[in-house]
Amino acid sequence: MTGGGEARPAAEDRRIGPAILEMRNITLRFGGVTAIHDISFDVREGEIRAIIGPNGAGKSSMLNVISGFYRPQEGEVWFRGERRRRLRPYEVARQGIARTFQNIALFQGMSVLDNIMTGRLNLMGASILAQALWWGRAEREEVAHRGKVERIIDFLEIQHVRKTPVGRLPYGLKKRVELARALAAEPRILLLDEPMAGMNVEEKEDMCRFILDANDEFGTTIVLIEHDMGVVMDLSDRVVVMDYGRKIADGPPETVRTDRAVIDAYLGVAHG
Amino acid sequence: MPDQILFALEVTLNGLMAGVLYSLVALGFVLIFKASGIFNFAQGVMALFAALTLVGFQTGQVPFAHLVNVLFGTHVEHFGWTMPTLAAIAATMAVMVVMALLVERLVLKGLINQAPIILFMATIGLAYFLEGFGDIMWGADIKRLEVGLPQGLSETIDAATFAWFGYGFFIDRLDIVAALVAAALVVSLTLFSQYTRHGRALRAVADDHQAALSVGISLRAIWVLVWSIAGFVALVAGVMWGTKLGVQFSLSLIALKALPVLMLGGFTSIPGAIIGGLIVGVGEKLFEFAVGPLVGGATENWFAYMLALVFLLFRPQGLFGERIIERV
Repeated sequence: MTGGGEARPAAEDRRIGPAILEMRNITLRFGGVTAIHDISFDVREGEIRAIIGPNGAGKSSMLNVISGFYRPQEGEVWFRGERRRRLRPYEVARQGIARTFQNIALFQGMSVLDNIMTGRLNLMGASILAQALWWGRAEREEVAHRGKVERIIDFLEIQHVRKTPVGRLPYGLKKRVELARALAAEPRILLLDEPMAGMNVEEKEDMCRFILDANDEFGTTIVLIEHDMGVVMDLSDRVVVMDYGRKIADGPPETVRTDRAVIDAYLGVAHG
Repeated sequence: MPDQILFALEVTLNGLMAGVLYSLVALGFVLIFKASGIFNFAQGVMALFAALTLVGFQTGQVPFAHLVNVLFGTHVEHFGWTMPTLAAIAATMAVMVVMALLVERLVLKGLINQAPIILFMATIGLAYFLEGFGDIMWGADIKRLEVGLPQGLSETIDAATFAWFGYGFFIDRLDIVAALVAAALVVSLTLFSQYTRHGRALRAVADDHQAALSVGISLRAIWVLVWSIAGFVALVAGVMWGTKLGVQFSLSLIALKALPVLMLGGFTSIPGAIIGGLIVGVGEKLFEFAVGPLVGGATENWFAYMLALVFLLFRPQGLFGERIIERV
């Protein structure tokens, strides 16, 4: 019933588990504007879940609700079977939800390696005093984390820029570094805000491959936002379609593709 | 060697030593500026406050003694005991950490996402508050600070240079200690910021708040950490300057000398603060030595600022400041 393009094994063959994240009746308002209107959907463990919709549909707002940057006025977020209390963004990150940003938020002055290492901050244990007094342990820990990070660097094919300050990299590579940093946190859920925006065809294909591989190899659950329909359909197991803050469709790509409301939202329809 | 050159050499050495003391103050500024983009006007007052507190603990002064006496008609001044120096330093450091917590809780927390100029104004307010608070807590009289650091002419150097050149150099032993302490401080701060996870978190916060949040860094925890470290640096600077000049209000003014140091070294570079301090120290001593007599002396008061002005014209980011990388 679910499944993507031809190259993609059917969902049943992969390890797709029960729902890890549930959004229940989420409503988000900014003053008088309702950005998200009573939306519910779930994300299953191990799947690639897409949120699509035209510009201004509220996709990024939804992602920001999941990652704790926005707090919805109504509705509940259930994560791993528990209702989530109000959390700050850094607490959400510590629970295992990593993200990338539409406009890339990297540490421009730090090297690629250091940027990716920040992804592992929460997996490092040594306290500040221990680090100062017990240099050996801090060093061993650092080396172990470096090993993991190097693996991700290999995986995303960015070895050649490891030591380069991120500020000097071209756009496409920055996007890749941001993905690397998010993956370094070994997240339970990875949120990608328009990972393909502003890329040329070749870069898009690369990015698609990386996302699919990350999902296959690490079993990472991925929630991604795109407004490019084509990309999403090949990539995702299930798709939520939003328009003007409302959910207008939800299901596997082939069902959503032929949905009347979706076609209207994307192509425009004469009202009257 | 002619006496003039030897004398110039001695002046240079003394300039380097004086420069180290400027660097110590500048270091505190750089730390906070790097991590939060705030130019902390209160850094000099923090050094004064730390020194006052240290003396107070050491000599067993009763905090707020004057206030208590006025309010309750008592006559308490001292507890009647003295605290060992190390214990007093530890207690003072604890006070500086509490101060960092309070600054975060009462000042910074309410000003998240405000423009840098607003935060700068807040630190001016903090400076005035802390100045008055220090006075009320420990009294406004000039105090002697004695932590067992060596002071006065270094006879070894005097004898050695006399044996070599037939001219003894006058180097203050306190200055030598200050130089060693500054070197240790810079090395440990650099190691901390480059190779520990808190150091990395600190650099991350300095670079991008949003990105830092997304990888699970608590901005507030990092700010407390940074202000605590700045408090520690202030304590070190306060001890050095306090031992040299006595603990008095004018200590807070040494912060002004840190400004040209920062303009030279760059606001974001720890090594820059050190090099900048050395340049200012040597520059003003040599200038006074070479040009001073021609213009009637007292050039040390303005030389550093003039040098900073020249730097602003030709290299506004300072020697080691971050070049702004911009892709268009």
